[in-house]
Amino acid sequence: MIDQMTIGTLLEKYPFARTFLENNGVDPDTSMDQSLHDFFSAIDENTKEEMAIDPAHFISRLNEYISQMLSFLGETGSTVESLTILPGHYKTGEDERFSDLTIQKNEIISIVGPTGSGKSRLLGDIEWAARNDTPTGRTILINGQEPEKKWRYSSSEKLVAQLSQNMNFVMDLSVYEFLSLHAESRLITEKESVLERILDQANLLAGESFSQDTPITSLSGGQSRALMIADTAILSKSPIILIDEIENAGIDRKKALNLLVSEGKIVLMATHDPILALMGDRRIVIKNGGIETILETTDKEREILSQIEEMDRKIQSLRSRLRRGETLTGIE
Amino acid sequence: MNLITVSGPPSVGKTSVILKTIESLKNRGLKVGVVKFDCLYTDDDTLYEKAGIEVRKGLSGGLCPDHYFVSNIEEVVDWGIRNGFDLLVSESAGLCNRCSPYIKGINAVCVIDNLSGIGTPKKIGPMLKSADIVVITKGDIVSQAEREVFASRVHSVNPKAVILHVNGLTGQGSFELSTLLFSEKDHITSLKGKTLRFSMPAALCSYCLGETRIGESYQMGNVRKIDLGKEQ
Ligand SMILES: Nc1nc2c(ncn2[C@@H]2O[C@H](COP(=O)(O)OP(=O)(O)OP(=O)(O)O)[C@@H](O)[C@H]2O)c(=O)[nH]1
Ligand SMILES: [Mg+2]
Repeated sequence: MIDQMTIGTLLEKYPFARTFLENNGVDPDTSMDQSLHDFFSAIDENTKEEMAIDPAHFISRLNEYISQMLSFLGETGSTVESLTILPGHYKTGEDERFSDLTIQKNEIISIVGPTGSGKSRLLGDIEWAARNDTPTGRTILINGQEPEKKWRYSSSEKLVAQLSQNMNFVMDLSVYEFLSLHAESRLITEKESVLERILDQANLLAGESFSQDTPITSLSGGQSRALMIADTAILSKSPIILIDEIENAGIDRKKALNLLVSEGKIVLMATHDPILALMGDRRIVIKNGGIETILETTDKEREILSQIEEMDRKIQSLRSRLRRGETLTGIE
Repeated sequence: MNLITVSGPPSVGKTSVILKTIESLKNRGLKVGVVKFDCLYTDDDTLYEKAGIEVRKGLSGGLCPDHYFVSNIEEVVDWGIRNGFDLLVSESAGLCNRCSPYIKGINAVCVIDNLSGIGTPKKIGPMLKSADIVVITKGDIVSQAEREVFASRVHSVNPKAVILHVNGLTGQGSFELSTLLFSEKDHITSLKGKTLRFSMPAALCSYCLGETRIGESYQMGNVRKIDLGKEQ
């Protein structure tokens, strides 16, 4: 029984239980030699009332926490190799006409279509691992099979991580503290080396480099995006990343996508930007709440992509020359 | 009729989430009513009315809002049943973070937002710790990492709850929430005999009873003194 052993023994057995104790009003360091049972017995009813502690409820939540954490740690990485979308119907009720769409790990898929056409519902279906029980009637398979329940209800394992345009950092922390916090919440053991890798990658993506002592709220837009992407690629447990546009400033978008893919993620990217859209291997075209068609990026389009990347490079270079105070005498 | 109690700190997005979720419930042909409990003032009733939802509001005024909730919820449930609702949602603002008007056997939802800071889950009492479903809002304005850290903090104080991310503006996640809120087997016909999940703090000092004068001699009943430490 976990309430009979001393708190010291409890923490030796389950080091992660410290988080639970601290967040639930028990300071483990002042009561190492006591059991939780004795700890609660020593508190009078008034104080329990005051601290809003119900010992039975406390112990049952702790038991639940320990068993969930043990299964979380014991997992030998339930890798997601592929994601399959089976057709449902349009807003009008008409059936979608594609047969099925399977996306492999390391693949980049763009999603295009007018605003309000059903992009977020598609994402919702994937996130919730739809089983013909969402408004679109679609079904999602993981590795070709009906997904495990945990993808719906577990708080520590979500299928989809999201990187969206208007995200900010709100915590008052340095880059290092911020990444530590995230790593600790994931119970990462080799924290220092993982943090170093994230910072290095983020600096490869960002136009201007930053140190681990920089407060996250004072990073520039490009640096923030670079840090968010590197952190999501390396620390997030979610196998699927949804990107809602990546602004084209202060960040190398191609490297960013390559980083995500090289970490074994499936990347879905909703975008109106031709450069991003064509970086995908395929693109899903959405219309009236349904998947209208799935297009492969053609060789001709790849050629066009290099041309617009070239144009983009020129615009970027004009931008930095203007920023340096130069007078323009020609393009390039 | 099913009853759902939704609570959470002020302005976290309770009404936004409830409105979006009711849209999905209506699509399933369910009739939903709302009762809003607040302390001094609320506009929420007009928001629900605008959406065509039958609503009643109760303001506790000078009383503790959670005490007010318990003393009125039975009548409100009877009102809902008389109106033929399939689901009655009660919305209340958790004003002191200590209480929760959750009832044993009645689905309890706690709403908190990503902006409130990672220390917040630890500060909220039974309102968060004993909820069945925790809804986290405003994920659209923070980073993926912050969402993950925040959710893990919530998980560490309430590992039993289902934790869902819902965007109160776009409604993303509200369909998913709606699937957890109604079940034929959760029907009730009255709240008679039900009990609260957690006792409310014993109030009843002289100030509860209307005293306004400051000073030891006016303090009666349940009084506790702050510990200011020893001084030389
Ligand atoms: N960005 C963002 N804003 C939100 C979200 N959810 C709600 N809001 C906004 O937050 C504000 C408060 O939302 P409400 O739904 O009124 O909050 P509440 O919890 O019902 O507030 P009270 O009932 O007054 O305690 C509104 O301006 C909403 O538009 C969200 O997910 N993202
Ligand atoms: Mg409200």
